[in-house]
Amino acid sequence: MDATQAVAIRVTVNGERYERSVEPRLLLSDFLRQELGLSGTHVGCEHGVCGACTVLLDGQPVRACLVFAVQADGSSIGTVEGLERDDGLHPLQAAFKEAHGLQCGFCTPGILMTMVAFLDEVPDPTELEVREALSGNLCRCTGYQKIVEAVEAAAAGLGGKP
Amino acid sequence: MKPASFEYHAPDSVEEALGLLTEHGWDAKALAGGQSLIPAMNFRLARPAVLVDLNLIDELAFIRRNENGGGDGGPGPGGVRIGAMTRQRAVEKSELVAELAPLLTEMMPHIAHPQIRNRGTFGGSAVHADPASEIPAALLALDASCRVRGVEGERWVRAEEFFLGLFGTSLEPDELLIEIALPGPRELTGCAFREISRRQGDYALAGLAIRLTLDVKGRIQEARLAYLGVGGAPALAASAAAVLIGEKPTATVVEDAARTAAGELEPMEDMHASAAYRSRLVEILTREALATAAERASGSG
Repeated sequence: MDATQAVAIRVTVNGERYERSVEPRLLLSDFLRQELGLSGTHVGCEHGVCGACTVLLDGQPVRACLVFAVQADGSSIGTVEGLERDDGLHPLQAAFKEAHGLQCGFCTPGILMTMVAFLDEVPDPTELEVREALSGNLCRCTGYQKIVEAVEAAAAGLGGKP
Repeated sequence: MKPASFEYHAPDSVEEALGLLTEHGWDAKALAGGQSLIPAMNFRLARPAVLVDLNLIDELAFIRRNENGGGDGGPGPGGVRIGAMTRQRAVEKSELVAELAPLLTEMMPHIAHPQIRNRGTFGGSAVHADPASEIPAALLALDASCRVRGVEGERWVRAEEFFLGLFGTSLEPDELLIEIALPGPRELTGCAFREISRRQGDYALAGLAIRLTLDVKGRIQEARLAYLGVGGAPALAASAAAVLIGEKPTATVVEDAARTAAGELEPMEDMHASAAYRSRLVEILTREALATAAERASGSG
């Protein structure tokens, strides 16, 4: 067998199961966008600096550009498309909307996925903790102030809908 | 910005991985957490023909108390053993590590960002041997030992013999790092870690890990100072240590050692900081870290 050939993988993305055949060099970020059509995961620097492609891999935020799709075989993946609830936006998304936590929106999906996991771990963070948790995500529009405010508002349950 | 094609293997045992590395020799590259290798592949700075993915090898992911020691030729008993494929985030959060190697607990949050540490591995960073990264410095300061295995057999290598310059280790292309053993806390011994970076998670402009051991009279018996971001290789600063040995850690001695360290190391200049600024940081950080380590050493007695 030529191992550079496509490999069959099974993944669960946002609760839905997918089976695809992928070339080993295909990055998870490109797999999500191109194979599954989930283009909410953005691709910025493609070398692990900007954080725009952050997704949850088995519940943990990781850079999707630094994981091969083939490595995600058998895993459960969460992307920004999976945040919305039946009754509307996820409270964190609602807080970003309320607090103007985004401008161009390119970095937003990565920040949301990072912060969803962060707030699970640290439900009542200080401003410094929020800023440190944000350090792996670049935003070139907002200057971060409104993002920090949005995360703090979400933590305080001020995101609009519960 | 896409990796070149490669042949992919994902063995689930060390034996199988070693077989593949032996079979493919220099053409093959072992893939640990991938947080340095995959960016290099994305840029096509690295184009391995064969990738041996270690992520399915469960036997390489563990954190355990070093109870038996000696039994496998390794150091101990005492301290903690960390499997090479243990995620950096697991080391950061481990209560056992906090108890037995608190320097690591203090240091781990400085490594990149949580998203990177969730994927990056303890052993992968050691093998990458980037002189700007934290784990090699900590392993040197703590006098860690690395267990290395090839198809021919196994050997234990002390950190000082493991790191051989810029991105270089004594690991052969057909060998794998299996685990790292860290000695436990000792009497009259204190550690400290300090680094300065432009933003949380950025590469350090300068940083160091220290382990200081005092004798019963409060004189410095052993000093291990390992720097990051300011030298061409993960290595101990010998001249600064020599200044300290046999002396009590007074302000004057600490000052003298800090100046010696700044003179001994030859930092590079880049867009983030001049060489002179980095030398100044070395002096200040050394002073601060020595003071902290000395305080902890006398407190632990």
